[in-house]
Amino acid sequence: MKKTTKRSSAAVMNRSQRRSMRAFAPLFLLPTVAAFCIGFVWPFLQGIYLSFFRFKTLKFTTFVGFDNYEKALEDETFLRSFLFTVAFTLVSVTVINLVAFAIAFVLTKGIKGSTVFRTVFFMPNLIGGIVLGYIWKMILDGVIIRFLGSTLALNATYGFWGLVILLCWQQIGYMMIIYIAGLQNVPTEYLEAAKIDGAGSFQILRHIIIPTVMPSITICTFLTLTNSFKLFDQNLALTGGAPFRQTEMLALNIYQSFYNSVSNMGIGQAKAVIFFVAVVIIALSQLYFTRSREVQE
Amino acid sequence: MRKVFSMALVFGLMLCLFPGCTDKPADDDPQAGKVYYLNFKPEANDDWQMVAAKYKEEKGIDVKVVTAASGDYEKTLGVEIDKENPPTMFQVNGPIGLSTWKDYALDISDSEIYKELISDDFALKQDGKVYGIAYVYEAYGLITNKKLLADAGYSIEDIKDFASLKRIAEDIHSRSKELGFDAFTSSGLDGSSAWRFSGHLTNLPLYYEFTADNVTTQPATIKGTYLDNFKAVWDLYINNSATDPKTLTSKTGDDAVAEFKEGKAVFYQNGTWEYANATAIGKENIGFLPIYFGVDDAKQGLAAGTENYWVVNSQVSEADQKATLDFMKWLATSETGTMALSSGEMGFTSPFKSAKKPDNGLYAILDDMLAKGDTTSVKWMFPYTPNTDAWRAEVVSALAAYSAGTGDWNGVKTAIVDGWSKQYQASHQ
Repeated sequence: MKKTTKRSSAAVMNRSQRRSMRAFAPLFLLPTVAAFCIGFVWPFLQGIYLSFFRFKTLKFTTFVGFDNYEKALEDETFLRSFLFTVAFTLVSVTVINLVAFAIAFVLTKGIKGSTVFRTVFFMPNLIGGIVLGYIWKMILDGVIIRFLGSTLALNATYGFWGLVILLCWQQIGYMMIIYIAGLQNVPTEYLEAAKIDGAGSFQILRHIIIPTVMPSITICTFLTLTNSFKLFDQNLALTGGAPFRQTEMLALNIYQSFYNSVSNMGIGQAKAVIFFVAVVIIALSQLYFTRSREVQE
Repeated sequence: MRKVFSMALVFGLMLCLFPGCTDKPADDDPQAGKVYYLNFKPEANDDWQMVAAKYKEEKGIDVKVVTAASGDYEKTLGVEIDKENPPTMFQVNGPIGLSTWKDYALDISDSEIYKELISDDFALKQDGKVYGIAYVYEAYGLITNKKLLADAGYSIEDIKDFASLKRIAEDIHSRSKELGFDAFTSSGLDGSSAWRFSGHLTNLPLYYEFTADNVTTQPATIKGTYLDNFKAVWDLYINNSATDPKTLTSKTGDDAVAEFKEGKAVFYQNGTWEYANATAIGKENIGFLPIYFGVDDAKQGLAAGTENYWVVNSQVSEADQKATLDFMKWLATSETGTMALSSGEMGFTSPFKSAKKPDNGLYAILDDMLAKGDTTSVKWMFPYTPNTDAWRAEVVSALAAYSAGTGDWNGVKTAIVDGWSKQYQASHQ
């Protein structure tokens, strides 16, 4: 019934009407395009432009060429925070995806209360990073003071693992939802056929499930990779870089060199451009590698 | 027809996107100017909002006051000053702060507020021109609970120098279980508290070094001559307190205030601005001691000075500049203005001719000491610190590591001495 009315109304719409509909296209595109330009394109271009200037405020700028980039690359804290960020990203991407997949796998097995568990696991994702950072700082400091006689701010190793725990706690739920969606799309015929052919559960996982949920894996690794690499709020609130800027990640390092400098914010700006390029390279190459492993149904 | 209609819609939508272009309040007189003050002191925020409301009531001029979070003033100022409606009135901490914000500082040599200053010492000058007006004179030291001191069998007169302070503090700490209180409040190294040490306590070694070496401008390097004394005081603080030195990074400014208010500790390092909090122990019980440093204790007074200078933004319209200068003058001369500055959480001693004396026992003690004249105030040298926030952050990390036993005192020395030249380089590149 529905289908027929739809088709008939489409047939009724003549060419001129369709053209006049098209005239409205800019109207519907406008808010998004405007927001995108105001919120992203313009600041981005201005950011690149400013990275070639020495400035404290936007009113008084001096052109310095690539000077800021040279200084940014000479800065040893920048390199150190880069290495810290890479290590952090490797660990958290692995842990988050493995655990999220495992939980999703269990929760799609149809055990009692799955929906409740899904909601509970998803909830941490709804809390903002700064709030989480401070809450976890209290929790972790409490535990560390009690059992290890130290604090997060005193030991870079604790800081590192504290960040990993925090990010895992926050992100696993979200990734789990994506994996659940992927797992529910695995055709039951495949699974049945594999079972009849005598495949063990590991073989089913390895040869049927993982290849079919590959799109989910792509999107989850992409999200966790970029989220970990760009982590800022949680880093600022949990460790603030202490001790001695050893737990400072790239974004926080940029923030510090931007705002803690009395003379030249351009160095921070140059770092931000370098950071952007790094994120793009990493994200695109990851997409390329995981996409190539996706199977077409 | 439809085309016209859609165009009109698009246009209308665009107007909605730029609200600033359309809704100009009609009742505002553009000639009157407006005031926007970026306040430095979080504890005085409520009072400033009240002052703004009163000024609006009396003079009909809009005053907007925004307060930056503790330790974030420079960041906030940097962001705000680039906006379309930047602060018309902000503050710098002294000559170094002025050189950072020189492009935005209006020459106010001919202003009326400048003529209200009791002494030229309170004007911030560069090349013979006045750019900043000190609006508050402050002092810090050891706020002391005299009642607890008496309970422990001492009086405040017993503390005359570092040696006697150490003896008494250690005695109180050793008997803390039976007394029910300890010598020092927690020396928290959380951001809300760490400035008391990275800023105020480090001022003592800087002061003695700069005085001995006749340093009068920002030096590129420092020697750290008096860092052993600094260590002695810091050790005294952290070893004679109920707080485990390992946990200092998790202790906040509020923790220390609470300990002092509840009578859990005798000594609390802070300044005149904390008077309202300190009165919780009873006005008559409040004492105020210099942080005896073991260099020239007989002559050492409280650490007194200012790092608070009002500056008028030179980049705003003349109407706004005039409104701002009028507001400053009103604060310094009018009944309401002087009352506001000298009461409540502000409770400032302001260096203005018609300023009222605040009801502040800590200032009273400072005045007594100054009147007696046998001591010299320790001058505030920390406005000379290069890249202040970055320098302090490293000192705090080093102090935390030293206190917890994961680092040694050399780390603190490095952070203070090498950190100084490093940040000096960074801020002069």
